[in-house]
Amino acid sequence: MTERLEVRKTYKLYVGGAFPRSESGRSYEVTAADGRFLANAARASRKDVRDAVRAAHAAQPRWAAATAYNRGQVLYRVAEMLEGRRAQLIADVADASGVDAEVAATEVDAATDRWVWYAGWTDKLAQVGGNANPVAGPYFNLSVPEPTGVVAAVAPQRSSLLGLVDVVGSIIVSGNALVVLASERRPVPAITLAEILATSDVPGGVVNVLTGRGEELAPVLAGHLDIDALDLTGLAGTDTAELERLAAENVKRVVRAPASEPDFTPPPPGPQIMLRFTETKTVWHPKGW
Amino acid sequence: MTDDDAPTDVRPAAGAVTDLVTPTWEYAPAPEARDLATIREHYGLFIDGDFVAPVEGGSFATINPATEEHLAEIALATASDVDRAVAAARAAFPAWSALPGAERGKYLYRLARLLQERAREFAVLGTLDNGKPIKETRDVDVPTAAAHLFYHAGWADKLAWAGLGPAPRPLGVAGQIIPWNFPLLMLAWKVAPALATGNTVVLKPAETTPLTALLFAELCQQAELPPGVVNIVTGAGETGAAIVAHDDIDKIAFTGSTAVGRSIQRQLAGTRKRLTLELGGKAANIVFDDAPIDQAIEGIVDGIFFNQGHVCCAGSRLLVQENVHDLVVDKLKARLATLRLGDPLDKNTDIGAINSAAQLERITALAEAGEAEGAERWSPACELPSAGFWFRPTVFTGVSTSSRIATEEIFGPVLSVLTFRTPDEAVAKANNTPYGLSAGIWTEKGSRILAMADRLEAGVVWANTFNRFDPASPFGGYKESGFGREGGRQGLAAYVTDPAEREAAR
Repeated sequence: MTERLEVRKTYKLYVGGAFPRSESGRSYEVTAADGRFLANAARASRKDVRDAVRAAHAAQPRWAAATAYNRGQVLYRVAEMLEGRRAQLIADVADASGVDAEVAATEVDAATDRWVWYAGWTDKLAQVGGNANPVAGPYFNLSVPEPTGVVAAVAPQRSSLLGLVDVVGSIIVSGNALVVLASERRPVPAITLAEILATSDVPGGVVNVLTGRGEELAPVLAGHLDIDALDLTGLAGTDTAELERLAAENVKRVVRAPASEPDFTPPPPGPQIMLRFTETKTVWHPKGW
Repeated sequence: MTDDDAPTDVRPAAGAVTDLVTPTWEYAPAPEARDLATIREHYGLFIDGDFVAPVEGGSFATINPATEEHLAEIALATASDVDRAVAAARAAFPAWSALPGAERGKYLYRLARLLQERAREFAVLGTLDNGKPIKETRDVDVPTAAAHLFYHAGWADKLAWAGLGPAPRPLGVAGQIIPWNFPLLMLAWKVAPALATGNTVVLKPAETTPLTALLFAELCQQAELPPGVVNIVTGAGETGAAIVAHDDIDKIAFTGSTAVGRSIQRQLAGTRKRLTLELGGKAANIVFDDAPIDQAIEGIVDGIFFNQGHVCCAGSRLLVQENVHDLVVDKLKARLATLRLGDPLDKNTDIGAINSAAQLERITALAEAGEAEGAERWSPACELPSAGFWFRPTVFTGVSTSSRIATEEIFGPVLSVLTFRTPDEAVAKANNTPYGLSAGIWTEKGSRILAMADRLEAGVVWANTFNRFDPASPFGGYKESGFGREGGRQGLAAYVTDPAEREAAR
């Protein structure tokens, strides 16, 4: 009796809720930590970036306008899907990071729990990040955090799932849309996450996942005028001066690259991690008869 | 008052229609006493608690823009002076940041009180140097600046409750560059939160308006603020550039144009310097047909003609619902005809001088472009003084959305009127700008106010009011109007270490 041949998957981009190949027709070889061939990941182009930004731009207003309770339920649904794909994610992480299944399981469980953590923030962020202001006059005055708009992020290079989940969660929780560039050498968990997002209720375009060369794509993201903020956490320890210069063209909010990749295992230090991708809006109205 | 000016009976004759708009009397001059402010002939730089001469000995003049009268010679700080100032700020930082918050707060309370005590002096000096009406320096600039110091004084020992982590730490030396439109108020916006959180500062006032900052330096001496905590260096763009470029500065806070802000952001690329930017604006002031029209007219006037329109959050685009356009424009013109333009020191003056010849030139050029692009220009009949820099309040109607006067920041008393039919159109037009500093909404319908406020991309939304400022209320922009907030709890974040920073992975 012959052994059954497994059905392999073609790894694609995730743009506007669909899974296109790169319009450039290019791919690059992804290997496991032990050098084993894993996949030919799509090598996104400048045009793919622009398509992803367009999708994000189109999806953002509705995502931001959804009630915080609704966004919370949608994000919680993603955690349910993460749990359901636990075995696949463990395999993905083990392959990507070269760790054993036990260590990979710890990361996957932490990522699922992190997603639950973010899901619970949707309807609290404005309460913690906003406030009434006691101005010296007869005015109602309220400050609330609002999503910045379309955010581009480079996902952490080493922590291919937990780091990615942390970056994605911190950005979309408040109503931003995101174009995220997956870890260049460890993109497979990001693609699985994209499949999870596609089968949960996150509207297409809210999260767009690109795979490819950071050197080629990050400058396109940094200079794109329809992107409002740039998270360079994933480029820890590298020189990002040119990206920051490009970002200044439309006064993007930039989260700089840290000196080395952060430890994503402990819970985030607090709500500021999400408030970095918000704008404080303050509304005044007179009081009177 | 002379006999010639004897009051006449202004009561309407029996049976006459009462016209409450057209003034029926002349105002007598009511100048504030100029000698309330003493101006020295020369001013040095304020470094390490003392006024010192600049290394290279250069100076520049500051003039009264209402008369072009020479006021004083101001030291021109070069890179070596900035270096001295930063060194002084760095040396003062360890002790200042280690002071218990309550003690730092008490210094700020002292400064607030000293400013209140010398309020009239600051008002007169501010008007002489800037050209804005005394009623604005007296009633807005100076009291709001004192309020900022007072508000932040109280934060100094309460930072653990500001939502910025359990023990927010100061950044170090802050370089602060401020504009000429609210010289003293912008100083307070920058200095108060920086000091309250334990930073030391090197501040550069605008080239055309250094005098109130230099008088504030005297307050620092009177308050016995430790030397080096506040340093004030005067000069123009090059001095500012030296601050931005200085290696030992930890944070830059800039208020000014988007072009300069963008270049500062570029320059700080790849450094660890923190940055907050408060930049330009092109705010929409949106008037619906159910608005309280007379109240809205006051708000429109306040929105664009306050401070000669030298306001980054000025309501420079009036969006009027089409069916009330004519009514609003007629009433607006009638109201503008009553504004008094002239001597800024006169307590009855509504519109003062344009701050500089260069700004007047820019406003003039943009207004001419408005005419050339086919908009209809109107100004009330009013005489302009023969000396100084002056521009009549100006209203453009029939403005197209793409014209320069509808898209570029004019920073002067020029209002562009556009129309809309539906709330969706109003939102689309209001947001159709790279700026996002402020917006105004005028309607009696509460639900519409809230829906509009949700959809306007602006850091400050004034509903049925405009141009209100308070130290407790965060101020700052969306999009290319900059990032970071000034004032309120959120404003403190600009001067403490990032609470979102995480430990590195092993």
